Order: sequence, then C-alpha cells, then structure tokens
Amino acid sequence: MRKIVLASALALAAAAMPGAMPGALAASTAAHPEAIDWSFNGVFGTFDRNQLKRGFQVYKEVCASCHGLHLIAYRNLKDPGGPEFTEAEAKALAAEVEIPILDEAGQPATRKGTLADRFPYQSQPDQKATLKSAYGLMPPDLSLIAKAREGGADYIHALLTGYDHEVPEGVTVPEGGNYNPYFPGGIIAMPKPMSDDQVEYAEAGVPRTVEQYSRDVSAFLMWAAEPKMEARKRIGFGAILFLGILTGLLFLSYRRVWRNVDH
Amino acid sequence: MASGHSTYTPSNGLTRWLDARLPILRFANDNLLSFPTPKNLNYAYTFGAILFYCLVVQIVTGIVLAMHFVPNSALAFNSVEYIMRDVNYGWLLRYIHMNGASFFFIAVYVHIFRGLYYGSYKDPREVLWILGVLIFLVMMATAFLGYTLPWSQMSLWGANVITNLLGALLGTDFTQWLWGGYSVDNPTLQRFFSLHYLLPFVILGISVLHVWALHHVGNNNPTGIDPKGPQDTVPLMPYYTAKYYFVIALFTIAFAAVVFYAPNLFGHVDHYVEADPLKTPAHIAPEWYLGAFYAMLRAMDFNILFLDSKLLGVLTMLGAIAILFIVPWLDTSKVRSARYRPVYWWCFWIFVVNYAILSWAGLQPAGSVLLQTGVDADGAATGFNITHLSQIGTAYYFAFFIIIMPLLGLFETPRALPESIAKAVLAKKGGAAGAPAGAAAAPESRV
Repeated sequence: MRKIVLASALALAAAAMPGAMPGALAASTAAHPEAIDWSFNGVFGTFDRNQLKRGFQVYKEVCASCHGLHLIAYRNLKDPGGPEFTEAEAKALAAEVEIPILDEAGQPATRKGTLADRFPYQSQPDQKATLKSAYGLMPPDLSLIAKAREGGADYIHALLTGYDHEVPEGVTVPEGGNYNPYFPGGIIAMPKPMSDDQVEYAEAGVPRTVEQYSRDVSAFLMWAAEPKMEARKRIGFGAILFLGILTGLLFLSYRRVWRNVDH
Repeated sequence: MASGHSTYTPSNGLTRWLDARLPILRFANDNLLSFPTPKNLNYAYTFGAILFYCLVVQIVTGIVLAMHFVPNSALAFNSVEYIMRDVNYGWLLRYIHMNGASFFFIAVYVHIFRGLYYGSYKDPREVLWILGVLIFLVMMATAFLGYTLPWSQMSLWGANVITNLLGALLGTDFTQWLWGGYSVDNPTLQRFFSLHYLLPFVILGISVLHVWALHHVGNNNPTGIDPKGPQDTVPLMPYYTAKYYFVIALFTIAFAAVVFYAPNLFGHVDHYVEADPLKTPAHIAPEWYLGAFYAMLRAMDFNILFLDSKLLGVLTMLGAIAILFIVPWLDTSKVRSARYRPVYWWCFWIFVVNYAILSWAGLQPAGSVLLQTGVDADGAATGFNITHLSQIGTAYYFAFFIIIMPLLGLFETPRALPESIAKAVLAKKGGAAGAPAGAAAAPESRV
C-alpha cells in the first residue's frame, strides 16, 4: 500500500514537471506553432549547412532591412557548426557592407567590412529613427530571437507563414496592424515580410516559396541564437558515455565495499 | 568534533610532531575516515554529499564566469553572450552554472524532505536543522541575486518585484538604500554581483557548522533510533564514501543530460531579452525552485484588519520560511521516523505533493482559470483559478506545521520500534538468522 502511494506520488510529481515549466499556461493567447522536423532536433541533430546559407541569404535580403543581428560577426559565418562559408566567401560577404567610421578629419565616412565586423545594422542611427517613426517601436534584434520566444524556431516559422489566415469574427485589426494568430494577442506591427519568388536561391531544386524561406531563415536564426549547439551535443555525448561507464564502475566498487555488511 | 574518542594514531615522527601542535590529521581522520555512521542509511541520505558537490561546482564555475562577466547595466547582457560565444567553453561554464542552480535546489529539496520524513530535526539535532534552514535561506538569496546578473527582462523585473516586496515590509527608504538609487539600475546590479560572489562562501561557512553539528550528535537513520554500539555503524570511509562517489556520478549524468541536451529547460524565454525599464513583461515568473513561495505570496489577495493583501503576502512568504526554524518544537511526537508513524506518513506525502503543486502554481499567471464555471461582464472566464489553488496549498502548508505536527504527536499511535538498527536490518533481510552476530562488525576490523 505504502509503495503504491509513494509510487503514485512520485509519478504525480514527475507528471507535473513538464507542466511546471514556465509558460505552460502563459502562451494560451496565441495559436500553437506546428512542430517542424528540424535537422537540428534530437541528440544527434546538426544544422544543415546549405539551409543555414540559404537562411543567411533570406536574412540579408529580407529581414536585415529592419532587424539587426548584432551578436553575429562575419567571422562567425565560417565557424565550425555554422553555415561554414569558406574564409574567402565570408570575407567577400563582409566586404559587401559599408561600416560607418570617422575619417582623419573627423568627418563621417565608411569603410569596407572585414571578418571582425559584426552585422552592421545597429550602428546606423538614421535607419533606426526611420523604423521607429514607422512602427512606433524598434523591430527587435534577431540574434537571440530563437531562444527568446516560446516555441523557438517553430514559432518563427509559424509566424512568418501565418499571415494569410482569415481574421476571425470579433477581432478588429487596427491601423498599422496585421493579423497573425501565432503572435501573442494576434495583432503584429510587422507586415507580411515575404512573398514567393522574392529571394533567388542559387541552389538548384530548392523551392522559392514563403514556406521554404521561412524554414531556412528560422534554422539560420536558431544557429545565430545557439552557435555552439553542435559542439555542445558532441561533447555531451562523450561526457555522458564517460559518466555512464564511470557510474557503472563506481556502483560495482560500492557493492564490493559493502558485500559483507548487512544493511 | 566527532562524538566518541579519537581513533587516530600518528604513524611517524613528523605526524606525531604535527599532532601535538595542530591536530589537523586527527581531525580529518575522525571526521572523514573513521567517523561511525549508521549502516542502514538509504539513498535519501546521500544528498548531503551531493549538496557539497553542487556547492563546489557552483563556486568553481562561478569564479571563472566572474572573470568574463561585466557587472554593468549597459554591458552585462552582452557580456553573458560574449561568454556564450567567444570565451573558450564559455557556453559550457555558463550552462553548468545556470542549471547547477536548479540541480542544487533539486538536491536540497530531497535533503529537506528526507529530514522531515525521518524526523531528523528532533532532539538532539535541532541546531543541525536550524543551520540547514539558514543555508536554504542563503541559497535562495544567492540564487535570486544570480538570476538578476544577466540583466535580462526577467532579471530586471524579477529584481523589481522582490525588492518592492521587501519595500512593502520595510518602507521605501529601505528599497532606495538597497537599490542605491530610485529604481533597479546599475548600482543595484553592481551590488547584487558583489553579494552573489560573497554569499556562496557564507553558505560554505554555515555548511561547516552544519557538518560539525552533524558529527557531534551523529547521523539520524531510517529507523530513527540511535546506534547502540559498533554493530550498528560502519566507518564513513570506505563505506559511505564509496556510496557517495556512485551517487554523485549518477547525479552528474542527470545534470549533464540537461546541460548538454536541454540547457534552457528550466529557464524562461524572457531571460534572453535584454532588460528594458520601459517595457514590463506580460508575465513575471520566478525560477521553479522559488515558485512555491511566490504562489504563497500571491495567494493573499485579501485584507485582514489593518494588513493589506500585499503586506499579508510578504508576511506569508517570509512566514513559510520562518516556520521551518521552529519545526523541532512544533513536532510533539517522540518517534522520529515516519516509518513508524502511520498517520504522519500520509500527512507528509500530501505535504510533498502540495509543495509540488504550489511550485507549479507560482509559475502560472495569477488569474489563470483552471475550472471554468462562468464568464464575467467582459466575457473573460471565471471559476477556480491559480489563486484559489494557491490558497488551498498555502493553507495546507501552514496547517502541516501548526496543526498536524503538534496534534499528531498527542493522538497518533506509533508502530512498535525495532530494538536496534542491527535488528531492524536483519528483520528487513527476512530474518536472516543464520548470519553470525559478529558479521556486521567484522568489516571495521579490516579498515
């Protein structure tokens, strides 16, 4: 009897654990995003290099006009576990941007970007002011967005593909707002950002659709938020394997030490 | 320090010389090697060792993180990301430290509940228990201070909520003194960082006293009866040290699984949004391990006489901790272990489930309706909500200590206690009468 009660108490506590995670009830105002079968899911999941490269292209050509990514430097584009552009490719991508500086006379000027430069959007104050007056607030920086929203990459994908839903009855969309059921509250300032065929992928056979763009840029933003994910999972596997063997040996030594003691 | 006389004999001239001047080897021998420990301690009794391990892990990772962290409100958030991205293995250190707090609390909760189950706070272990409650209190303070350091939305607004609670009790002069200004800002972050670095060493100091008190009176054990002689005990080394190595490794597997494969499991997403004093998050939640106290705070949504709900909430929350200090005098039963207390056994497990429910409730938005019975004028759902659940939970939490503990000792009929630990062990083995009486004591002679 006691064992049964004890077991059910523990089972209850265990069942309460996932529910005890923050946001279990909090996210009730927004539609639940579809769970995507990402390449980076699971214990052995890794990023799809080509997907990250395409996602970077979508970010650069679409998102970057309003959203910063200030924690990522061009050198990160060649880091292991990321899009893994070659050094030459990363240098060329950096050289595409103009970094504002002051010249020798103290006048505003620009220079070509290098690998050491971070993505430059945040350093352009005039663009910030334009955006702020257009939307009333700054579009959020995307460096950590995949970890800063419930649902992560699933949420970003759902949000980006969630603009074509019909506005339900009883919901009024205010001036400058857009209906998107995945956004908490349902009204988002950001207009539908992408349309089919907008981004010209060089890679053959990849659909040029909003669905595909959304998947690619969501994966890219997951990498931007968690650039050490692949190293983490790899080291974790070795660490847990080692700990498993160690624990087994320690258990045997524990049993051996106690073998003659009634306890 | 250890009860009983010392078993240490210096083996050579140097150790004899040292022993006459600073008996540190004698001290180590008596406390870490030969210390007589009841031989029937189960796995629930290994969490003290696990907690020391947690403290060391937190201090070591914390010291290295502090080499890279910048305690400045303009730089702190990005310095954490610098650690995550550019410091060698910084992500590992930070994820260990961040999840280490959660695992520290998992271990401390098992440790505290074990103490409540086996009556480990009763005569002569009252001071041992009080020191433990003190450690728990300082742990909560340390965890809260650490929570504020990344200077995320949750950091800033969590700090706001907690410091304002203290303000409800002690006045705005106090909060301004605490903040170092008129709001939670850079001076607050800098002093919180300083205190977050200090308090773990306070925990370490109290832990030494805690172990001193433990080794003076000796361990309690699952039977709750005192060892009656060497047949009831084994030396700490190698018996319990071998067990500790095993459980610490096992604990580390669970810890590593979270660090490497679900590092943000216990965290809130707003911890990855930089602090913005102009934008209140929709929902401010504490970490899971403080959820029960937060639920009890919010359960007080009514006024009593001159006490308004806010002050009442703070008093309830502080009372929930304060009451732990007097537990040794609230429990009137002479029997320690819940094994021999059939009614207390039920009350205890209900208390554990109740605490888990409170912990969950503390993380949910206060008004969330669980069982809808109707709608209000605005069309919002009404009915049994998180606050109601928290009120029931709070009532049981206090009733357990104030009503059940004192009364049960007077009315409960305990089961018959075994004569000794050795007899209880033999009975559990199905009356292994064939075992020679000296067998249990034999291993000691080989040490």
